[in-house]
Amino acid sequence: MIEFDKVAYSYSGADLLSDISLRLQPGSFHFLTGPSGAGKSTFLKLCYMELIASTGLVQIFGQDARGMGRDQIAAARRRIGVVHQDCKFLDHLSLRENVALPLTVAGRDVADSEADIKSLMDWVGLRDQQQQRPPELSGGERQRAALARAIIMDPDIILADEPTGNVDWEMSQRLLSLLIELNKLGKSVIVATHDMNLIRAAKAQVSARVLRIANHSLQLAGADL
Amino acid sequence: MGAFRALLALLRGDTQADRVVPPTGVSASLTVLTAGAMAFLCVFALALSLATSRLAERWDSELARSSTVRISAPAAELDTQTRAAQEVLRLTPGIARSRILGEEEQRLLLEPWFGPDLPVEALPIPRLIEVIETAEGYDTEGLRLRLAAEAPGAVLDDHTRWRRPLVHAAQRLRLLGWVAIALIAGSTAAMITLAARAALSANAQVIAVTRLVGARDSYIARAFVRRFTLRTALGAAVGTILGVAAIALLPSAAEEGAFLTGLGFEGISWAAPALIPLLGAIVAFIATRFAAMSVLKGVT
Repeated sequence: MIEFDKVAYSYSGADLLSDISLRLQPGSFHFLTGPSGAGKSTFLKLCYMELIASTGLVQIFGQDARGMGRDQIAAARRRIGVVHQDCKFLDHLSLRENVALPLTVAGRDVADSEADIKSLMDWVGLRDQQQQRPPELSGGERQRAALARAIIMDPDIILADEPTGNVDWEMSQRLLSLLIELNKLGKSVIVATHDMNLIRAAKAQVSARVLRIANHSLQLAGADL
Repeated sequence: MGAFRALLALLRGDTQADRVVPPTGVSASLTVLTAGAMAFLCVFALALSLATSRLAERWDSELARSSTVRISAPAAELDTQTRAAQEVLRLTPGIARSRILGEEEQRLLLEPWFGPDLPVEALPIPRLIEVIETAEGYDTEGLRLRLAAEAPGAVLDDHTRWRRPLVHAAQRLRLLGWVAIALIAGSTAAMITLAARAALSANAQVIAVTRLVGARDSYIARAFVRRFTLRTALGAAVGTILGVAAIALLPSAAEEGAFLTGLGFEGISWAAPALIPLLGAIVAFIATRFAAMSVLKGVT
C-alpha cells in the first residue's frame, strides 16, 4: 500500500529524514511518534506526496511517487484521507460543504451522497453544526469535521498529523475511538503524535504498531504496543 | 468537438465547483471595467481600420480611373489647343470619355484656397479637361507625346504623383488600426493575467486545500478561468455596445468632412464589433488558463 525503501528527504542541505525503509500493510494501524521536529510531518507529507523524496523509493499504491504526474497524485490523494492538526478548511463554505469537498472536486454530484454525508455527520457528532462556518467551531469539532472530510471518499488510508494536539483528553479519546473504528472497517491508519498517553489508551482497543522517528531516522519499527 | 464540449461546459458552469472559489469583489469589478474600456477602444480602432480600408480602396479605384489634362496657352490659342487636345483624347484607345471643366467647377476647386467669390474668368487659370479611362486604361507615355505634338500647352496629369502617397497613407492608417487592436488584445491579456494571478494568490489557501483533497489542476483552473472569461465577456459586451453607440452618434458623412465623419461602419461591417466580446472572452480564457496553470505548478 505504502512502501518506503531507503528514503531520505533533505531541504536546503539539511537532512530531515534519512534511510527510512518500511512497508505499511492494508488494514494496519500505526502510531508515528518522536520529539517535535523529528520529521513526523515530513514522513506523512511523503505519504501523500506533498513532498517527494530526495533519494530512495516511495511507492504509493504500487506506483513510484517520483514518476507520478500531477493528475495521478490527485487521483491517489482521493484514496488517502488526511487530518491535519490545524484542520485546513475553506472558511467561506459551511461545514457540510467542507466535508463534501472531496466529492465536489472529484466531480461527483453531492446531492447523490446526501445520505452518506448525513450519516457521516451523525457519526462524528456534528449533525447540528452542518450549516456553521469552520471559524464558528471549537477545536474538537474542527478535528472531527476534518476526520469526516478525510473519509467521505471512503479512502484506503487515513493519515492523521497530531489530530489531538488542540483538544482536551476527552475529545482525544473520542477521536481515537473514531480512528480505531475506521481501522476495524479495514482502513489503514497512521497517526503521528507525541502523546504517549494516547498511544497507551489505544493499546486495549487495537493492535497497533509504533514507529519512532528520532535523529531523522526510524529507530524503532514494528514493535507491538 | 472536444473544444465545443469544453465551451459548453464553460458556459453551463458547475454550481458546486463555483462555490469552492470565493467571489473576489475588487478583482471582479476591475476585470469587468478593464474589459469594458478595452472593448470601447477596440470599437474605435476597428472603425478606423474599416474606414481607412474603404478610403484606400476608393482612392485607389476611383482616382486610378481619372486623370486631368491641363492646357496653359495664350488666350488666342487656348480654344484651338483645347479642341486639338480633345480630338487627341477622343482618338486615344482606353479613354472612355473626357470633358472640359466649367468655370463653376474650377471655382469650386479653388474655393478652399481663395474663398467662395473668386472671379475665375478674370484670372489666367489653365483650362482643365477631365479624362475618364476604360477598365483597360490608356498608354500614358503615348498620350503625352501625342498631346505634345498636337497641343503643346497641354499637360497630362494622371494623379499618380499624389494618389500613391494618399493611398499609402490610408493603408498605413488601416495597418495602425489593426496594430491598435492587437495591442488592445495584448494589454487586455496582460491585465487579466495580473488580475487572475492576484485572485489565485488571494486564494492560495483554497488551492492548497482543494489539491490536498484530490482536486486536479484542470478542476481548480476551470473555476478561475470560467469566472474571468465570463466577466471579460460581460465587460467587453457593455464596452462594445457603448462604443458602437458612440460611433453611430457621430455626425453623418458630408462632402466637407468625409474623412472624419466617414469613421464608422457601413452595411455588414456594423456586425463586426459583435466579435469583440468573443475575442475578449478568448483572450481572457487563454490568459487566465495560462496564469492558473503556471501558478498551480508551484502548488504541491
